[in-house]
Amino acid sequence: MQRCLNLGKKKSVTRETFPKQILRGDHGLSGHRWLAGFLSFSWHVVPSTPSRTSTCGCLSWPGTTYTRRQPVSRSRMAEGQFHVIGGIVSPVSDGYGKQGLVLAQHRVAMARLALQSSDWVSVDDWESQQSDWTETVVTMRYHYSRILKQYQESTWKNQAPTSYPHLPSSSGLSLKLLCGADFLDTFRVPGLWLEDHVEELAGRFGLVCISRGEQDPERAVHESDTLSRHRSNIFLVREWIRNESSATKVRRALRRRLSVKYLVPDSVIEYIHKHNLYTEDSEQKYKDVPLRPLTKQTGTPVKILDD
Amino acid sequence: METQARTKVVLLACGSFNPITNMHLRMFELAKDCLEDTGQYVVVKGLISPVGDGYKKKGLIEASHRVKMAMLATETSDWIKVDSWESLQPEWVETAKVIRHYHELGTAEENNDEVDTVKKKKRKLENNKQDLDGSFSYKTRSCKKSMVSTDDGYQLKLLCGGDVLESFGVPNLWKPEDIVEIVGNYGLVCITRNGCDAHKFIHQSEVLWNYRKNIHVVREWVTNDISATHIRRALRRGQTVRYLLPDPVLNYIKKQGLYSAESEQKNADVILAPLQRNTGPSSS
Repeated sequence: MQRCLNLGKKKSVTRETFPKQILRGDHGLSGHRWLAGFLSFSWHVVPSTPSRTSTCGCLSWPGTTYTRRQPVSRSRMAEGQFHVIGGIVSPVSDGYGKQGLVLAQHRVAMARLALQSSDWVSVDDWESQQSDWTETVVTMRYHYSRILKQYQESTWKNQAPTSYPHLPSSSGLSLKLLCGADFLDTFRVPGLWLEDHVEELAGRFGLVCISRGEQDPERAVHESDTLSRHRSNIFLVREWIRNESSATKVRRALRRRLSVKYLVPDSVIEYIHKHNLYTEDSEQKYKDVPLRPLTKQTGTPVKILDD
Repeated sequence: METQARTKVVLLACGSFNPITNMHLRMFELAKDCLEDTGQYVVVKGLISPVGDGYKKKGLIEASHRVKMAMLATETSDWIKVDSWESLQPEWVETAKVIRHYHELGTAEENNDEVDTVKKKKRKLENNKQDLDGSFSYKTRSCKKSMVSTDDGYQLKLLCGGDVLESFGVPNLWKPEDIVEIVGNYGLVCITRNGCDAHKFIHQSEVLWNYRKNIHVVREWVTNDISATHIRRALRRGQTVRYLLPDPVLNYIKKQGLYSAESEQKNADVILAPLQRNTGPSSS
């Protein structure tokens, strides 16, 4: 599959050239790279630098991260204004229809195994349990209302919130979508995103985007009016240590019985072998099925989940 | 199994391992897959040999720590092990000598216990224990064989990244006769991001070209740039390096408080041992 979007030349990106897998995180394999991405979030918030080309490469793992905005200041993450209190991995539902997508229960189980050693990133299976694919914004609304409730309850329990400075007040709690730079490029794929969704995602929630190599997330932001308007809410994080394991590559290696040790946690590898996941057959799943977002969003406005 | 018909290979990786990262470990997995895929080889062991402190590389922390971290990193592997012999030498040892050393001792050890993997595993544990105490664990029995293609013998091959191949071209870093010995008598398995570049480099070097059949270029299918330099930098700056190296290694680094701005200044103004030795008046 052609996995690059060349923004410099193409006016519009066709279905063939669009890297399907980056649309939503299927979390089919819990590799090391995206986990590092999560962690980068809390540390490496630096302004991105302009880079030379606009070719973007590898698969990203969008997920969601919620942060606490401290009351003192609300300017920039780079200046230590945010405190990351948790990370959520939200595997997509089977209804997404992406080629080679194995059952959600397996993907959730693998994500949980991979995150066993993390004390701040957790897996939420709500999205994975929906019968149909859920729009990113709808998923974000769900997670936000959930964590808001959770933290309001914990604030009430602790009568003196000042003695628990790590617990945010409800108004200071924010949820941001964690994604790779190639995810930003999907905003320009015709028919993939509804305008008001982009608006809500970038405006109400915000994005944390991890980029590496020659990726140019600043350009993606610049070339979208909506993203550009909300650029103060889009945090570009540069990943300096390139570690480009992608689930596609890992699945390919597994099919060919090549080693994926040190790319995927041992516990996940064991799980894969035990359940015989990722075979020639499993890769054929949904092969000729159009990606759900492309059929779901043509025309019909999306139901609003809450508020 | 038809493994008897195949040549058994031991892969040796030399380097600073300052600290060991997932990339180092991946190199072994990639090399094993690639060599075994040819149908000619079966990789029976991977050997990590951290360089001694005498190498004088900038930021090189004590060998004992580097060996310990490598051991922690290979705890979950049933075929990669760490040997501290090189790291214990007071002076820097040329890579060719290191290979020679392991060839002599390693071959002897392997010949002693055929294919009894249980025994081998047990021995691995014992070896690791001994190595932790800093004592060298190989049985000393010299059985020098002419390396290339003995019928039932083991081949010892040097596992390296593309940068090592290119470093052969750096003046005074390698003695020409050492290069000949390494590629001629033993062989190289070179993991590279860009296969074309490696082949081009081989093509452009007379020595490498002569022994091209002993050089296996392995294309890395997941670009992996977890260099130890990057890791040390991130650690100095208090940034997370989680998932870039094994958790036990990370815990060890934290516990021991390794890799600070101060440790990075170690050997800052010292010339690298090979350059010193190979350019000095007595370069033999």
